[in-house]
Amino acid sequence: MTVKITIGAVNRDHGSSRIYKTGGWRTMRPVVDLEKCISCYKCYDYCPDGAIKKLDKGITYDFDYCKGCGICAKECPVQAIVMIKEEK
Amino acid sequence: MTKEDLELFASGHRACAGCGEGTAVRQILKAAGPNTVATICTGCLEVISTGYPETAWEIPIIHAAFENSASVAAGVEVALKELGRKEGVNVIAFGGDGGTFDIGFQALSGMLERGHDITYVCVDNEAYMNTGIQRCSSTPYGASTTTSPVGKLSIGESRPKKPIAAICAAHGIPYTATASIAYINDLKKKVKKAVETEGPAFLHVFAPCPTGWRHGSDSTIEIARLAVETGVFVLWEAEDGDICNLKITQKPKKRKPVKDYLKSQRRFAHLSDEDIEHIQKEVDEKCEKYGF
Ligand SMILES: Cc1ncc(C[n+]2csc(CCOP(=O)(O)OP(=O)(O)O)c2C)c(N)n1
Ligand SMILES: [Mg+2]
Repeated sequence: MTVKITIGAVNRDHGSSRIYKTGGWRTMRPVVDLEKCISCYKCYDYCPDGAIKKLDKGITYDFDYCKGCGICAKECPVQAIVMIKEEK
Repeated sequence: MTKEDLELFASGHRACAGCGEGTAVRQILKAAGPNTVATICTGCLEVISTGYPETAWEIPIIHAAFENSASVAAGVEVALKELGRKEGVNVIAFGGDGGTFDIGFQALSGMLERGHDITYVCVDNEAYMNTGIQRCSSTPYGASTTTSPVGKLSIGESRPKKPIAAICAAHGIPYTATASIAYINDLKKKVKKAVETEGPAFLHVFAPCPTGWRHGSDSTIEIARLAVETGVFVLWEAEDGDICNLKITQKPKKRKPVKDYLKSQRRFAHLSDEDIEHIQKEVDEKCEKYGF
C-alpha cells in the first residue's frame, strides 16, 4: 500500500482508526446474559475500546473491536458476563 | 442518546487488550466534550491512536515532541485567543508519566506559571511503557522495570514516586486533582471542573498497564481500585494550590493491606514480607498526613 503524506502530515480523517478491526486480536469472547444484566453500564464505562453499546435495557458487543480483555466480565456486579474461548 | 454517549476516542486504536490508558482517554474526552482541542506527545497514547493515515481522535489534536505537550498547548491557547476563538473551547494537553514527571516537566512548569487556560492531563502508568518499561520518577519503590531490574543486589526501583500533583499545585494554580480509572464518575467530575476552571489545571490520572505491570488484561480496573482502597494512590483535589487544605474525594472506610495491591502484579512479585511491611509503613505515614 502506498500512502500519500499530506503537508505537515495533516489528517482530517477523524475517527478513521475504525477501519482497523481490532476484534481479530481476541482469544476470549465475552457472552452476556441479558436476563441477569441490570443495565448499570459499568462494563460500558470501563471498556478501553468502546466496544460495548448501550441498549435501552442491557448491552451488546461490537465484535469488530472487542479485544477480549475481560474487564467487563470481571467488573460486572451481578456476574452477567462470562468469557468463553473464541472460535475462529 | 446523550452527549456523553459520543465516542470521541474511536475504536480501532491499537492499545493492548485491557489498557488503562484507553479507558482513561475515552472517558476524559466524554467529559470534556467535542469542543476540545488536544495536544499529545510521544508515548503509548500517540502510538496507539495516530497510525498514519488513520487517527482515533474525533477532536482536533496536534502531536508534539516528547517534552513539548504543555508548550505546544500554550501556543494553541494563545493562538485561539488571538483569533478570538477561545470562547467555549477547551485546550487539553496530554502527557504520559515520562512526558510529564521527567522530560516534559520544564515545559509543564512554565505553562502553569504563565497561567495559560489549559487542562494538563498526565496519564500515569508508572514507567516509559512505549519503549519497553523503563523506570521513571513516577515508578514506585520496589517495582521491577527493565532499567531497575530486580536482582541479587537490587530490589527493583529504589526511589519513591515523585509527588507530581502536589508539585504542580505548589505553582498556585486554580485547580489540581488526582483521579483513577476505577472511579469514572469522580474522574469525569474532575475533568469537567478542570476544563471549566479559568487558567491552568492539572489532572494526575492513575492508569494501570497490564503489559508493564505484568497482570492479567482483565484486572486493570480492579488494580486501579485496589490502589485507592489500600491508600497507595490517594484521590484528592485542591483549589488555588492550597495543598494544606486539599479535599480527599475517595476515603476508603477501612484501608485494605498494601499487600493485596502488591500481590496483584508481577512487577512486585519478588518483594519479601519485610519489603512489604516497609512499604505498608510508608503508606500508613502518607495516609496519616492526608488525615485518614
Ligand atoms: C526526546 C525523546 N526521547 C526519547 C524518545 C523515545 N520515547 C518515545 S515514547 C517513550 C516513552 C514514553 O513514556 P511515557 O511518557 O510514560 O508514556 P507511555 O508510553 O508510558 O504511555 C520514549 C522514551 C522520544 N521519542 N523523544
Ligand atoms: Mg508511562
